[in-house]
Amino acid sequence: MFAILRQRLRQKNRTLNYPFAQPEISPRYLGRPQIRKGACPDSCTICADSCPTHAITLQALRDEEGIALDMGRCLFCGACAQACPRKAIVFTQEHHLASPARTGLIITAKTPETPAIHRNPKRNFSIFSRSLRLRQVSAGGCGACEADSNVLGTPVFDMARFGIEFVASPRHADGLLVTGPLTENMRVALLEAYEALPDPRLVIAVGSCAISGGLFEDVQECNNGVGNLIPVDMFVPGCPPNPWSILDGLLSLAWYAKHVR
Amino acid sequence: MEFHYTQSIDTREIPALAPEILGIRISHMVGQGWRVISFCALRNTESILLELSLLCLLAHEETGKIAAFRTSPLSPGDTYPSITPQCPQMHWFERELHEQWKIIPEGHPWLKPIRFVPPMNGERERPLPGDTNYFTVAGSEVHEVAVGPIHAGVIEPGHFRFQCYGEEVMHLEISLGYQHRGIEQRLQHGPYKATPTVMECVAGDSSVAHATAYAVLTETLLEQHAPAQGQAIRRVALELERLANHTGDMGAIAGDTGFLSTASWCGRIRGDFLNITALLCGNRFGRGLIRPGGTLYTVDPALCQTILERLELAYRDMCGAVNVMFHSASVLDRLQSTGILSTKAAQDLGIVGLAARASGIPTDARFRFPIDGFQEETAQIRTLTSGDVYARALLRYQEAEDSMNIIRRELAHLAKITQTPSPACTPLPLRLPPHRLAVAFCEGWRGTVCHTAATDASGSFALYKIIDPSFHNWIGVAMVVRNEQISDFPLCNKSFNLSYCGHDL
Repeated sequence: MFAILRQRLRQKNRTLNYPFAQPEISPRYLGRPQIRKGACPDSCTICADSCPTHAITLQALRDEEGIALDMGRCLFCGACAQACPRKAIVFTQEHHLASPARTGLIITAKTPETPAIHRNPKRNFSIFSRSLRLRQVSAGGCGACEADSNVLGTPVFDMARFGIEFVASPRHADGLLVTGPLTENMRVALLEAYEALPDPRLVIAVGSCAISGGLFEDVQECNNGVGNLIPVDMFVPGCPPNPWSILDGLLSLAWYAKHVR
Repeated sequence: MEFHYTQSIDTREIPALAPEILGIRISHMVGQGWRVISFCALRNTESILLELSLLCLLAHEETGKIAAFRTSPLSPGDTYPSITPQCPQMHWFERELHEQWKIIPEGHPWLKPIRFVPPMNGERERPLPGDTNYFTVAGSEVHEVAVGPIHAGVIEPGHFRFQCYGEEVMHLEISLGYQHRGIEQRLQHGPYKATPTVMECVAGDSSVAHATAYAVLTETLLEQHAPAQGQAIRRVALELERLANHTGDMGAIAGDTGFLSTASWCGRIRGDFLNITALLCGNRFGRGLIRPGGTLYTVDPALCQTILERLELAYRDMCGAVNVMFHSASVLDRLQSTGILSTKAAQDLGIVGLAARASGIPTDARFRFPIDGFQEETAQIRTLTSGDVYARALLRYQEAEDSMNIIRRELAHLAKITQTPSPACTPLPLRLPPHRLAVAFCEGWRGTVCHTAATDASGSFALYKIIDPSFHNWIGVAMVVRNEQISDFPLCNKSFNLSYCGHDL
């Protein structure tokens, strides 16, 4: 008994006062990409050639419209930034990546540096009156997105203080948090879980697999993410997204529900 | 044909046996201490017909030797005498081969799909996932409990059928395949530019192990070596992966016994280890770090020092959190003598990795098939004999100590060799040599990851076979819950903590 109490004191209080305090993420972390305008000659395709997932599309007039990087396909591996001799693509330390719209994940030279949702730091977290219950469904996820979602329940993130929790049954849930490229063998099970949710229901797609199929785009056994099967309310890109990005996505849901819907 | 595990061989020189003889040879060798590491169909790419040779690879741990056999060509629909009745560790391989190519092992005791996917010969017709005749127990007070594919926690999907008599489990059948993404097909005719990233997604929690196995395999085929810095960084990343997952598992085992303080602390400390991996490459799972030829990131003495300091803090916290659990009588009561896997059963079924070591089998690819530059004297293979949940939990704690010793040594070594900047990666030729076959092992935290590749005449992959330890070990979970209370299933399952996607591919 005393040993447990002593250990409790040693383990300290580790919860970060997010989102008012910002987390310390590795200096080598690759976050929200930025694209420099006018850096690219018209014939250059180095970045698109280096990308393992077709996340980069090149516009015809490269100097004016530049390149478009789809974070929904991006693995944040940094291959394009390393390959580009002109440093046209830079990955910043910014972990606010989530977007309620699929188009909000596409980065061009014209995209503002901070996403619209995050201009006002005092956000209202009280979606469903400070009670958001989620059912997590892995539909072909490799376990990384699942692990980084599950970790939100640990003391560092402690998402329960915002009223967010994972529950065991879709019938107890307000929304689904889906990971994975939606394998053919999970299609029916995911649909059944979605139909078991009471209205109004939310869907959060976490990871590039769930958003676009990611590394498994156009593979016969997968269905290019969950968006083709059920409507998605929030996209959190990454492979896997940093847990702070996922928590930010969940908190952004409240902002979105209030201002957009 | 026998060769050393660090070498590659010419696929055309593998002797062809009649399919009837193959089983006799395999069971004879398994009796002499060999282990089946791969059994699959190698397609003759020079023939327009669908000609398949059954390729069997066995490994001998004491000598580091690999034996390769293949059969004369077969076609879908052909039969051969099943090897499983004499050699139970073949059971899953034969079921996989039957599902993929419709080659029928005659006399297999339990021939059913393992992934519920369409065959690889181009037919589109597919079975419904989980739709099969399950083993059932009849009787007036016997009942069946069906769980999944979607489980209660935040984990991957799979379907479990329990046959229970009251609280007691008489039998558990595990039906997987929900996570099947078609990775083997995705790798065929490669390597492509996405291949290294696909390897990192085979099993998310073993990203480093699978990426290392792929890198070592490519280097073996090309007869190249990664620079000393790259090799040392790989080893550090692999041990960090082990520390993170072992810590997470011990926390999860504590959680399933209701000892919530350790569960909560370990959940946090696991994240600390992952964040240390992120210091190396920015990604908490080590993605984007390991590539054939070395690593994409370098370190310097200052970074080595930072990693070491943070590591010692996290390790101290982990020891404190886990010690209180192992000193709690109520936890020990739940763990000891629960879910016993006997040495005999583990040997017969070909169980690998931590689960095998907890049942007294000294197997560990780090020591049996060491990758260039591994200092074997830093640690040794740990085994326990009781084979219960307690043994699998305690072994994790002991192995974490070994991992710390290995990392301390590697970091000291790295700090020395990086005082002047040196490369961590050598550029490799783009094309692989034609008609070569090689094998690579990497001991992930769960067990031995084994990759096998064979190239065709143009040097692209005619075959790329990934065997995650989960492939061998799922049957172990089914075996240990027999005659246990169904309420102990979560503990038994957590003590193995197998990967669904690593199995389903």
